[in-house]
Amino acid sequence: MSTQRHSSYSCFLSYDQFAKIFDVLHAFDYEVIGPTLEQEAIVYGSIRTVDDLPRGWTDIQEPGRYRLQQREDDALFGYVVGPHSWKQFLFPPVSTLSTADRTDVGWQFSEAKQEFPKVAYLGVRACEIAAMQIQDRVFLEGPYVDHEYQSRRRQALIIAVNCTQAASTCFCTSMNTGPRCQQGFDLALTELPEGFLVEVATPEGEAVINSLESEDVTPEIETAAETARQNAVEQIKKELDTTDIRNLLMSNLEHPHWDEVAERCLSCTNCTMVCPTCFCSSVEEVSDLSGDHVERQRQWDSCFNVSFSYMNGGLVRNSIRNRYRQWLTHKLATWNDQFGTSGCVGCGRCITWCPVGIDLTEEVAILRQSQEQSLLESEQEADHLPG
Amino acid sequence: MNRNRRLIIFQDNAWVPSTAVIRKITPEIEGVKTFLLELADSQVTRAYTFRPGQFNMLYVPGAGEAAISMSGDPDSSRLLAHTIRFAGNVTRRIGSLQVGDSLGLRGPFGTGWPLEECAGRDLILVAGGIGLPPLRPLIYHLLAEREQYGRIYLLYGARSPEMRLYTSEFQAWSEKGLVIKETVDRKTLGWQGNVGVVPLLLDQLEAFDPERAILMICGPEVMMRFTARSAMQRGMTSEQIWVSTERNMQCAVGMCGHCQLGPEFVCKDGPVFRYDQISPYLLVEGL
Repeated sequence: MSTQRHSSYSCFLSYDQFAKIFDVLHAFDYEVIGPTLEQEAIVYGSIRTVDDLPRGWTDIQEPGRYRLQQREDDALFGYVVGPHSWKQFLFPPVSTLSTADRTDVGWQFSEAKQEFPKVAYLGVRACEIAAMQIQDRVFLEGPYVDHEYQSRRRQALIIAVNCTQAASTCFCTSMNTGPRCQQGFDLALTELPEGFLVEVATPEGEAVINSLESEDVTPEIETAAETARQNAVEQIKKELDTTDIRNLLMSNLEHPHWDEVAERCLSCTNCTMVCPTCFCSSVEEVSDLSGDHVERQRQWDSCFNVSFSYMNGGLVRNSIRNRYRQWLTHKLATWNDQFGTSGCVGCGRCITWCPVGIDLTEEVAILRQSQEQSLLESEQEADHLPG
Repeated sequence: MNRNRRLIIFQDNAWVPSTAVIRKITPEIEGVKTFLLELADSQVTRAYTFRPGQFNMLYVPGAGEAAISMSGDPDSSRLLAHTIRFAGNVTRRIGSLQVGDSLGLRGPFGTGWPLEECAGRDLILVAGGIGLPPLRPLIYHLLAEREQYGRIYLLYGARSPEMRLYTSEFQAWSEKGLVIKETVDRKTLGWQGNVGVVPLLLDQLEAFDPERAILMICGPEVMMRFTARSAMQRGMTSEQIWVSTERNMQCAVGMCGHCQLGPEFVCKDGPVFRYDQISPYLLVEGL
């Protein structure tokens, strides 16, 4: 995506014209990745034509539950986010970092040779743009830059979609990440019964739109799009009170509630795998049979894995309590210290895909209630002190 | 928040090791040897500098990487010294290598000891066991410009007399103005010195200025905690105390998540931290 300033404008694309965007993107050498149906879920995969999109489907989400359901209309983007996130394309689950070859003059090391194709990411939601920008801070904006992530990010065209509905697990409004896409995209679509309102934000996005027959935006279309977007806002019921959340969590590291969560948590790592910002990884040695050519492969890892905190023959986080506490305090508290932002975008994936339906917003609320209760009690005690 | 960032900007791709050749192997104590490594590319060698307290990732292809502190002289770093205890899979493989063999090296990484705080002050270096190697570059550096500092102490605790590292250098260090006080957990025949834990050496230390002294500790976490506590009982504040911490370091650049300790990535925000910055997290069990 281009970072140069570009005055944005809007236009309208009929469904017929939108169907042609795939050919246009392919002509511009973009591989298109977008939502598609697979194994009874809406996941992100290769999209060749408009018919690969989940037309007429929606998702029903609750803590620990995800079901697809047919819609009464033919909407192409009438659902929210599924188990996949764009993380798997920008920061792949497995990738080769470096190679080692044994030679007569010792081991020789090189950067892994990789091709980074141009990719158009279609159907990126506001919370997911926020997640990409959080991973940008991790991989690009610190003292060290991750070359692979940087290359993939540079090759990305972001075609965002504004949510027009929400799941019961969504809480982007609490995290100030959505539901409307504000920036960080090349194009942003709002789906309407007759077609799409398109916001054009960059020259790359404009080049795509200029290859299609777009129409001017009428006030009626503008109003209909606003109503559709507002629908998502109104459907969001879940909340996370983020007031002073860093200190709330970090001053309650020994709270008994961590033990209570640990009795439910299976330490299965699902929440970290579906999280669009979790970035923990481990490196494995992959050797050929001779042992003369060795690659270092980076693979997603999770702070819920037992061996993750292994050190000197022991484990630092040797209980589920300690691992859940690490995940939640990192996501919502220490991430701020490290990267100047929360690690949570409010997408709700960790709630939906938790096999036992643990809801982080509820766990935080319990800690907050407990803290407020003990504050109240200490104030009452102070009132009763003589003099 | 004091982020204590002192960073070496990495040349290119922080993931790609440089080839290093083993030039000398010195047995130290049982299960511990010092490897002198020479970077194969002379350009890399010329560009390579490190601060006392920093570490490298040493890589044996097929086995993996281990974070090893620099233990040589930072002011003459053509040969890079790494004193290694053979404890895990990777370090045991390094232990099986011979002079002339090569391995991979990435670094230097992390923060160092607070050299800029040291001038004109009394300095107390405290090491427990294998905690001495990360302090040795500091000792070399301080003794090379001895006149810039007040009193300098090394308080060193080992499990037993034969588990003491670098003893052949102790006399030279003493002659250059380092006061060495030692203790062992278990004495053996012929040991005339102290028996007991390291903080006791600090308790007994008389001639230093607790208001201005700098304390730098490297050793097991429990030893660092008790030493820091002794120092604070002597009137030092946690702002005068620095510790070198250890966690599972894999990427060394703050991207893999393994070494987190509260808000800190030990690999890039540490391993050396000022005690007031890290103790709130160091003291929480299982964080």
